[in-house]
Amino acid sequence: MLYIKCPHCGMRSQNEFSYGGDASVKRPELNKEVSDQDWDNFVYNRKSLRGKHWELWQHISGCRQWIKVERDTATHEIFRTLKADEEISL
Amino acid sequence: MQKYSIFNLVKNALSNHQNWDLAWKDPTPKKEYDVVIIGGGGHGLATAYYLAKEHNITNVAIIEKGWIGGGNVGRNTTIIRSNYMHDDNALFSEFGMDLWRKMSQDLNYNVMFSPRGIINLAHSDAQMNVYARRGNSMRLNGIDAVLLNREQVREIIPMADFSENVRFPIFGGLMQPSAGTARHDAVAWGYARQADSMGVDIIQNCEVIGFDVSGGKINGVRTSRGDIKAKKIGLCVAGSTNILAEKLNMTLPIETHLLQACVSEPVKPVLDGVVTFGAGHFYISQSDKGEMVMGGDLDGYNSYAQRGNLPTLQHVLTEGIAMMPFLSKLKMLRTWGGIMDMSMDGSPIIDKTHIEGLYLNCGWCYGGFKATPASGWTFAHTIAQDRVHELNSGYSLNRFNTGHLLDEKGLGTKTWIS
Repeated sequence: MLYIKCPHCGMRSQNEFSYGGDASVKRPELNKEVSDQDWDNFVYNRKSLRGKHWELWQHISGCRQWIKVERDTATHEIFRTLKADEEISL
Repeated sequence: MQKYSIFNLVKNALSNHQNWDLAWKDPTPKKEYDVVIIGGGGHGLATAYYLAKEHNITNVAIIEKGWIGGGNVGRNTTIIRSNYMHDDNALFSEFGMDLWRKMSQDLNYNVMFSPRGIINLAHSDAQMNVYARRGNSMRLNGIDAVLLNREQVREIIPMADFSENVRFPIFGGLMQPSAGTARHDAVAWGYARQADSMGVDIIQNCEVIGFDVSGGKINGVRTSRGDIKAKKIGLCVAGSTNILAEKLNMTLPIETHLLQACVSEPVKPVLDGVVTFGAGHFYISQSDKGEMVMGGDLDGYNSYAQRGNLPTLQHVLTEGIAMMPFLSKLKMLRTWGGIMDMSMDGSPIIDKTHIEGLYLNCGWCYGGFKATPASGWTFAHTIAQDRVHELNSGYSLNRFNTGHLLDEKGLGTKTWIS
């Protein structure tokens, strides 16, 4: 069982959350020229890191907020959590 | 190579089975090969076998970080089927079914292929319509499919829940009678033994550290057991694809996810074929030893841990008990996990890459085992001829760029939604 510290609600079990994927992926800016490669990278291509990985989770059965979680994909250890609008500092 | 036969079995029994040849050798890596296959799983071993058998390329090495057959080919639920709707998937898988039927003879190794059929249960009228459509598509591609009504399903699996007032009543199901199971380890060992006998070097405990690429061409691979030169290198590493891709500065439409499976204590024969629950994601069969072999959803987040968490297992088994209530009485014997190379449309990639001499075989999601022979056959063709075969032309890497996705399940890119 994973325990995720929601920045709004505190420590909760994995059962209350749903996964939202790689949080480092940035949508290309609106109203600007976007190359096919940029779209591919946004929609399909993923680094899928082994080790520390920033990812989106939604506290779907709690406050329903999206959050960012830094988790190790090899050990499942969770290091930090951020609110959705907080920038990841590497 | 010693042939496995009743005659040899009796002969070796006389010497207490002390004089059997080793099934495969343990060679020291040479400095150079014509082809190096990275990954000694089912697909890698099959690729090497078909390179030697179909294309007479025998100066081949398989390099494997751990031991052969220790990854997903040794930890799957052994289901073999070709019940796909899209042409590319259907024709590829049905080609594989033919190879499965001949495999034990072909490899002189009993892979215990057992075509006992698979039934996908339907729990609504709408689902019956969808299955009728899929069944018709399958039949148009020469694959056997039978649409069963509730009573026909009840005759085959009377232990399923046919009582009134259940949340997901069984309306019927789609059956592929020629689907089945096989002994997964035997598949890896059978391919390894034959590949070895034709001259392929199987090099275990040999980790890839990096690649030697210059001028857009691959020249070799750097390993924990020294540098190996090769003009052609095939990647067959399933859940570790992204780790090796990073060393090649490639970003792929793949995420690595965790899938669990489990077996119960062994019980008397109760279930003949494979059955899948239609209102969730759960599948079950009974092994020859009597264990109920079960699996279902991904754990649902990126993971390289070959072990799972309890919430998913609990969720999956809840579905199983909804479908077959007697399962609640069984004790669990063991559970395990493996890491899946989940592609962004649910279909695999067998293709050349932008690096000359580098070939890619990945994205099998949780359906790689059944594809072992067809994957090896087409990947060997792609490597040997330096062009894709008609059968794997739909499994191109650039389909994500051109929009020719093969989205069999219609889930889009959210691989964790099973």
